[in-house]
Amino acid sequence: MSGEYQRTSVIHRLDAGFKLLVLAIAGTGLMAVNDWRVLAFALICALGLYRLGGFTMRRAYEQVRPMRWILVLLFVVQGAWQSWDLAAVVVLRISALVLLAMLVTLTTRSDALIAAIEKMLQPFRRFGVNPAKVGLAFSLALRFIPVIGAQAQEIRDAQRARGLEANPIAVALPLVLRTLRMAGDVADAIEARSPYDDDDELPPRFAEKAASTPARTSCTQTERQLETSSISRSLPL
Amino acid sequence: MHANRTSTRDIVYIALFAALTAALSLFPPITIPAIGVPVTAQSLGPMLAGAILGARRGALALLLFVALVAVGLPLLSGGRGGLGVFFGPSGGYIVGWVAAAFVIGLLHEWGWRSLNVVGSFIYCAIGGIIVLYAMGISWTAYYVNMPIMETAIASSVFVIGDVIKAGLAAVVAVAVKRAYPIIQKPSIA
Repeated sequence: MSGEYQRTSVIHRLDAGFKLLVLAIAGTGLMAVNDWRVLAFALICALGLYRLGGFTMRRAYEQVRPMRWILVLLFVVQGAWQSWDLAAVVVLRISALVLLAMLVTLTTRSDALIAAIEKMLQPFRRFGVNPAKVGLAFSLALRFIPVIGAQAQEIRDAQRARGLEANPIAVALPLVLRTLRMAGDVADAIEARSPYDDDDELPPRFAEKAASTPARTSCTQTERQLETSSISRSLPL
Repeated sequence: MHANRTSTRDIVYIALFAALTAALSLFPPITIPAIGVPVTAQSLGPMLAGAILGARRGALALLLFVALVAVGLPLLSGGRGGLGVFFGPSGGYIVGWVAAAFVIGLLHEWGWRSLNVVGSFIYCAIGGIIVLYAMGISWTAYYVNMPIMETAIASSVFVIGDVIKAGLAAVVAVAVKRAYPIIQKPSIA
């Protein structure tokens, strides 16, 4: 989803939280409408918004392309079994909603959306949700998707060399174990750096742990990554 | 683990299992020869997260993964992602992964002491097939106005793949329990 963030249009500049709110309202509204003409109008409006955002119609089509055969199938099945009116309603509704949702994705940076999520979580503080921890979880996951992806590739290559590529357990089990070991290392590194996490009570546990933590290059890298917000990094996926 | 407490270590487990679920999308889908249905590795994610991390952390890992998809990252099999996937006909399955991981985790916590491959397989099947399909099918049926029975029959071609994945997840979960136990009985923790 290489969003074209460099471009700017009115839609790009809108606040991420606002766009999500509008999408939620549009979603609820379109679910309530059962007239295919209204939905066709909504679809045209969605395409108009793509124009307003500076996208070509081709780019808009690309957003629904992955599900085009499902939509064709749905249309035929609904039309043959029930009515062509209903078939049109269903397919137009899905297309319009997917287009609108993907427009939000295309015109909003992932880090802006993550920030919007963190902001939306603020009222849930009283229920024990800590937005800072949510942010940490997001950064960590983003940081480790390419790492675990590379590990998966490495394990598959290794098992292929052993003639085990057809055995999914030979790939899945080492991958999970490596992930767990990596999680242990990362947790040690974070705790070594900031023991006074608002949920952790006592420093002595930390002191003991820090002493027993071997200095690994992977940990050092992790720490550096955590300092500079890794969210804005583009993912080599 | 205290009910409402999520330590730094838990956050790391949650984040890395979300990343693991994302990495599973890189495996090419395997097509079952007889019926020609593609099976992706990705729905192993909720099974592994639930079976290894338990209900709370497993569900949060999948919730994080779903949020990453929602903010636009192409992490689903086939490089799909973005808010659009939730509005597609199979959006219920993606949200259903969170519930599946929770149920699988709950069952594994409950049966943790005497966990074996058969038990783990049954738990994975309850969460990863029954709960997941219940959510996925009802969403599809409601969203595309199809009768629920027809939707269920159309979805049933994917069950074989998920049975295989439940078996795989069970073998991994039991092996991981021996090597690296994470779920503990609440009385011990």
